[in-house]
Amino acid sequence: MEPMALWKRILILLVCAWGIVGAIPNLFYARVERHNDAVAAIEAAGGTATPEQLAARAEWPDFLPSALVNLGLDLRGGAHLLAEVKVEDVYKSRMDAMWPDVRDALRPLRDQVGAVRRAPSPDGILRVTIERPEGMAAALEAVRGLGTGVMSLTGVGQSTIDVTAEGNDIVIQLSEAEKQATDNRTLQQSLEIIRRRVDQAGTREPTIMRQGEDRVLIQVPGIGSAAELKALIGTTAKLTFNAVVSRTTDAGANPGPRNLLLPSMDEPGVYYIVEETPVVSGEQLVDAQPSFDQNNRPAVSFRFDSSGARKFGDYTAANIGAPFAIVLDNEVISAPVIQSHIPGGSGIITGNFTVEESTRLAVLLRAGALPAEMNFLEERTIGPELGQDSIDAGKVAALVAGAAVVLYMLASYGLFGLFANVALVINMALIFAALSAVGGTLTLPGIAGIVLTIGMAVDANVLVFERIREELRQNRNAGRAIELGYERAKSAIVDANITTFITAVVLFAVGAGPVRGFAVTLGIGIITSVFTALFVTRLFVEFWYRARRPATVVV
Amino acid sequence: MAFRLRVVPEKTNIDFFRAQWLTFGGSMLLTVVAIIAWAVMGLNFGIDFRGGTTIRTEATQPIDVAAYRQALAGLDLGDVAITQVFDPTFAENQHVAQVRISPLEGQEAVTPETIAQVEAALQRVDPTITFPSVESVGPKVSGELIWKAITAMVAASACIMVYIWLRFEWQFAVGSVVALLHDIFIVIGIFAVFQIKFDLTIIAALLTILGYSINDTVVVFDRLRENLLKYKTMPLKDVMNLSVNETLSRTIMTSGTTLMALGAMLIFGGDVIRGFTLAIFIGVVLGTYSSVFVAKNLVLFIGLDRGDKPKKPKAGNEFAEVEA
Repeated sequence: MEPMALWKRILILLVCAWGIVGAIPNLFYARVERHNDAVAAIEAAGGTATPEQLAARAEWPDFLPSALVNLGLDLRGGAHLLAEVKVEDVYKSRMDAMWPDVRDALRPLRDQVGAVRRAPSPDGILRVTIERPEGMAAALEAVRGLGTGVMSLTGVGQSTIDVTAEGNDIVIQLSEAEKQATDNRTLQQSLEIIRRRVDQAGTREPTIMRQGEDRVLIQVPGIGSAAELKALIGTTAKLTFNAVVSRTTDAGANPGPRNLLLPSMDEPGVYYIVEETPVVSGEQLVDAQPSFDQNNRPAVSFRFDSSGARKFGDYTAANIGAPFAIVLDNEVISAPVIQSHIPGGSGIITGNFTVEESTRLAVLLRAGALPAEMNFLEERTIGPELGQDSIDAGKVAALVAGAAVVLYMLASYGLFGLFANVALVINMALIFAALSAVGGTLTLPGIAGIVLTIGMAVDANVLVFERIREELRQNRNAGRAIELGYERAKSAIVDANITTFITAVVLFAVGAGPVRGFAVTLGIGIITSVFTALFVTRLFVEFWYRARRPATVVV
Repeated sequence: MAFRLRVVPEKTNIDFFRAQWLTFGGSMLLTVVAIIAWAVMGLNFGIDFRGGTTIRTEATQPIDVAAYRQALAGLDLGDVAITQVFDPTFAENQHVAQVRISPLEGQEAVTPETIAQVEAALQRVDPTITFPSVESVGPKVSGELIWKAITAMVAASACIMVYIWLRFEWQFAVGSVVALLHDIFIVIGIFAVFQIKFDLTIIAALLTILGYSINDTVVVFDRLRENLLKYKTMPLKDVMNLSVNETLSRTIMTSGTTLMALGAMLIFGGDVIRGFTLAIFIGVVLGTYSSVFVAKNLVLFIGLDRGDKPKKPKAGNEFAEVEA
């Protein structure tokens, strides 16, 4: 039989060595994880380390590879949320903000269009009625002038707003291109803010990613429950300071134009009527910290940026003795009376907080408000014990499966079976090394995928061995039979595995979460098992054959 | 001669078409029965596909399902189903149950307040109870998941069909896809008859079956392709029998190792993954059967054009050029 080229043999051995070295960290999972955490913590702290961190770092030598397979949520425990961002919220606030501009733009045209007022309209659409329809053309032109070019790749050259005339009304809404661009921005902002909030809470390796048009997937390992996670990211945290018009206990009170009726957070049944336009809002905060008020109750202290500080200072100076409302997500936290002029732009929010609540509020205010509300479509909490049980069960199953297959192969193919078994071990190592290298996530179905691979990985070897047997029955000499066996089994191996690989690709493309993890393991398993059967086992057979030069072989 | 375990004798000469009316006909009949069972009895969809909440409870005391049910009856919930879970991997004092709450009509998902109420009510029945997992899926997502699942199955079948068509002949593509559908439908039928929970992981299992079954079929077809070139005058039926016999040892061997591995997973893998493993296990048995008894029969029915032109494999088939 023809020996393989030297470079091929070296390459095959290198790949095997890489697989074994790369898989080793996973055998010492907890230790390597502590090491990795310590390294990350030390780096984050700028090189300074506590004795515990140094001890944890020393648990695993730095020169060894330390990449690990990520454990999926179903194995590690944690919370999973799928949220839908209400992107339309932003259309509404954009249109509301547009109304003063439209009014200003039409003011110079007063002679042609007459009086201008805002007509009732659905959210996201601005409807403006003009007195004299004959001035419509001029009005439309003036309003269109307010639009600017869309800032996106696909929408170049289009205006940000669509302006049409309907009778006496000018109907203004965001153009399709701008809506798309806005949606993108909203999602990006939401992702950024969610990430900041989750990071502030200090949990490890959260997955926060966009899914589809308007969805966000959030997976946080190690967190107690989805409800806890939701409390952290579900609140919009829109903070405003509004002037109070009056206080009432009537839930159906008519707040009047440009005013809002908002419930009180602490006093049930109490409502405040506040001006819709805030004096200052949360965007102008530069810092928020949990603290205590003079009565030693939990509170949140905050500081405004310079423009916010000036506005807040001017307002308090002008309204001493009047109440103003601190509003969070359309609820009045408190409505203190302004005692004196507050310069310097810092202050304190008091309310009926617990320490946890004030800490969380400070985190939320620091991270910033979400641009739009979110709906939660899917929530999952998996306890860490359940995950550990699954890992243990998977380990036992994999060991039993491995032992059974190894014995069966040995009994069926003798020495060749042994070659296949060694290749199987290398195959497992390669799967783990590849998963660690690509940062793949191992899920419970993924473990099942690996166990399935144990069973199927020997298939390619079986195909070759059976073929060698057939060739031997044709009275070919040993070397020729082995060579032909490999050659002729190849088309079956390749075709059979490509078709299986296709299903793995489809699974990956359409699957989500655990199913995707399974697809990755299955796909990697197919590649490694073809590699080990066609190259690794073959290399063993060749070494053995050239060392022994047997006249006959028994497969 | 060294000892070798042989499940299949060295040379077999079985006529796989002899009882065709029983094997192939029976298969087709079973497929139809499975589809009818699916249509009539429906599937026991998990929350992935119909929305709702499942809470897994674990307690050190034995579970009294009736007491659980009574505790939850007072709450204003939709349809509640409580099932106890048994598993050989559980510890002596580990008692697990699954509570499934279907969403009320017109409600997006079960709210966290409701879940807290349910947990509190159950804790009053049994203070040792813990909740290792709580999952809710809104109807909006579940509807999409069904679509995704169906798309996945169709897309995978279509891709496989095209690949087989390119590498073999169109008759082979039809034969293998019918064999695939046979396997998939019977598994779905079994899930319908026994009302085993059908969730997203089962779809993954079905796709895996698809992959395994086609793998097996392709190996037989590959040999058939080779033998058709070798024995140009032998009747098609005999070439098929020869090919299946020649690959029989491998077919049994691979199914054997795969089923051993899956059996280990089925017994020791824990209850969370059992439905998934069970589906694949049944699928592998069916896949092996269908590649021996279903796929090639169909090719025979359709008939192959073996005309005078030498059966050159299609372009791109670099492995067919081996010396005979």
